[in-house]
Amino acid sequence: MWSYIIKRLFSLIPVLFIVSIVIFSIIHLTPGDPTTYMLGEEATPEQIADAKKQLGLDQPIHVQYFNWVKKAAIGDLGSSYHMNMSVNDAIMSHIGPTLSLAILAEIVALLIAIPLGIIAAIKRGTATDQTVMGFSLLGMAIPSFLLALFLVLLIGVKLQWLPVAGYRPLDSGLWNHIKYLIMPAISLGSIQAALIARMTRSSMLEVLNTNYIKMARAKGVVERRIIYGHALQNAFLPILTVIGITFGGLVTGAVVTETIFNIPGIGSLIINSVARRDYTVIQGIVLFVTFVYVMLNLVIDILYGVIDPRVRLEEK
Amino acid sequence: MSDVLLDIKNLKTHFYTETGHVTAVNGVSFNVKKGEIVGVVGESGCGKSVMSQTILRLFEEGTVEYEGEINFNGRNLLKLNKRQINKVRGNDISMIFQDPLSTLNPVHTVGRQIAESIILHQNASKKEAEEKAIELLRLVGIPSPEKRAKEYPHNLSGGMRQRAMIAVALACRPKLLIADEPTTALDVTIQAQILDLMNNLNEELDMGIIFITHDLGVVADLCSRVVVMYLGEIVEEASIEELFDRPLHPYTQGLIKSIPQLDGDRSAMLHTIEGTVPPLTRVPKGCRFAARCPFADEKCVASAPPVTEYTATQKVKCWHFEKILKNQEGIADVHTYS
Repeated sequence: MWSYIIKRLFSLIPVLFIVSIVIFSIIHLTPGDPTTYMLGEEATPEQIADAKKQLGLDQPIHVQYFNWVKKAAIGDLGSSYHMNMSVNDAIMSHIGPTLSLAILAEIVALLIAIPLGIIAAIKRGTATDQTVMGFSLLGMAIPSFLLALFLVLLIGVKLQWLPVAGYRPLDSGLWNHIKYLIMPAISLGSIQAALIARMTRSSMLEVLNTNYIKMARAKGVVERRIIYGHALQNAFLPILTVIGITFGGLVTGAVVTETIFNIPGIGSLIINSVARRDYTVIQGIVLFVTFVYVMLNLVIDILYGVIDPRVRLEEK
Repeated sequence: MSDVLLDIKNLKTHFYTETGHVTAVNGVSFNVKKGEIVGVVGESGCGKSVMSQTILRLFEEGTVEYEGEINFNGRNLLKLNKRQINKVRGNDISMIFQDPLSTLNPVHTVGRQIAESIILHQNASKKEAEEKAIELLRLVGIPSPEKRAKEYPHNLSGGMRQRAMIAVALACRPKLLIADEPTTALDVTIQAQILDLMNNLNEELDMGIIFITHDLGVVADLCSRVVVMYLGEIVEEASIEELFDRPLHPYTQGLIKSIPQLDGDRSAMLHTIEGTVPPLTRVPKGCRFAARCPFADEKCVASAPPVTEYTATQKVKCWHFEKILKNQEGIADVHTYS
């Protein structure tokens, strides 16, 4: 088990290496550079050249890359050109809102998706099933920002139940914290729910047709226990995969939703950084996101074993 | 008649599917006495599995309709409500299935799956049930049952899984065990062991068994009475001696002739029954076997034969069995088989 985890962690190295080269090249090949943004339109070529020299942008690209990698390897992602802080600090100060939102959105998604998916599977072919699947299709078709805008209009503006936008950190009280995140979490979560509900339904359908479910019935197990005690655990592997994918997407920043609700998360950080050509921050975030994805996959893989003994790793 | 355990009368199972209405079991009647092993024989698709699962009403409500009576302990199982039938399932009547790997839940330990029935039907505590589960594993001949109870189905070999499944079925000491081709997925040595086990359990626990198979050899080893099914109907019912000595229905005769003989002529072709089982959506109007029967005439095609009681224990559903019987002195060598 531990050797497996360590092996997986080592496999991070080539992934991060490749990602860093790709992102470094793309950023430096796109037109525009940070100095124009720093100094404004009227800056003289001398001023620009000066600023470039200060930031080390006058050196050949491979030298720049190696200078950056050397530091990144020991965890120092450099400092932002614009924010007067290190990239590490910038990411850390923006990860909180994103993480809170991601967790809340995933909870919303699971609370909607799992029960609905199970109901649709049990009542397959009926009007209930078709209604659930219809809503799921709608959920996948509607962009989350549209849903977000509707929510803002209805709950925020018309009914005035919840604040329209903004963010309060957890230290300002749990309810204060959550209050601002409910609408973004619903708008993100219900879209993810559409996907998870579909997967739950199809996976449950498959399991409910197996012989061991028939065997459980023949044992006299009541239907409710068959669903929750026998079928759900078996059906959960593919559901878990989808949860992992959707959660990965949420943690790495729901750019549009964060912008609409004015949440200072990773999504808004990356948008602002791209606009300012804040190279070090963009590189840092992409590297961080890659790291999060790989770690998330590792966690999901370990959870597979918790759920299904057949994929459990040997303890050695 | 007090020793009759299960009495099935004119049982019909209708399915309503998207492709139409199908009657998979069409007017089946037979009984099982206490402690008796009754074989149900027939080709794939003859309705033997459907019939067995109908006894416990394992098909999903809404797609299926049952007719007739299944009397067990003075109650008609088809009339019971959900709660009542759940009390019969796994408690009074248990079932084992063909493929032991797919019928054991892969994410629960073997011990837990056995204990589940005990907790469910006998108000036992978890600990008592687990101890009983280990005892049951020992009863079905699994070595080091304490260790095996904590393992998952995929840790066990095929024969062990089948034993474990039998342990699940026996958990509540049922009065009737329905075994739906329990040995088909196993190799011959393991098959013999499982049959031995079932024979012993039948004697030890005085449990009635309905043994469903397409293997007449197994029937000869195990059963005292046999029901032969063809296309949803019983074509012949006989004691084991009668069946092999004097099969009455041309289909039964065909089945017996199809058994390979060890001392037979090696160059001779294996006997086969001409044709295939027609789909249930296109059932012939008269005798259902007529199209494949070498003795069929217009009468057979026109109308279905009645069930005739030839002896107290042998019944047949054929117009011409008496005529055929006279011409059939030639198959006398068959009974050397059993």
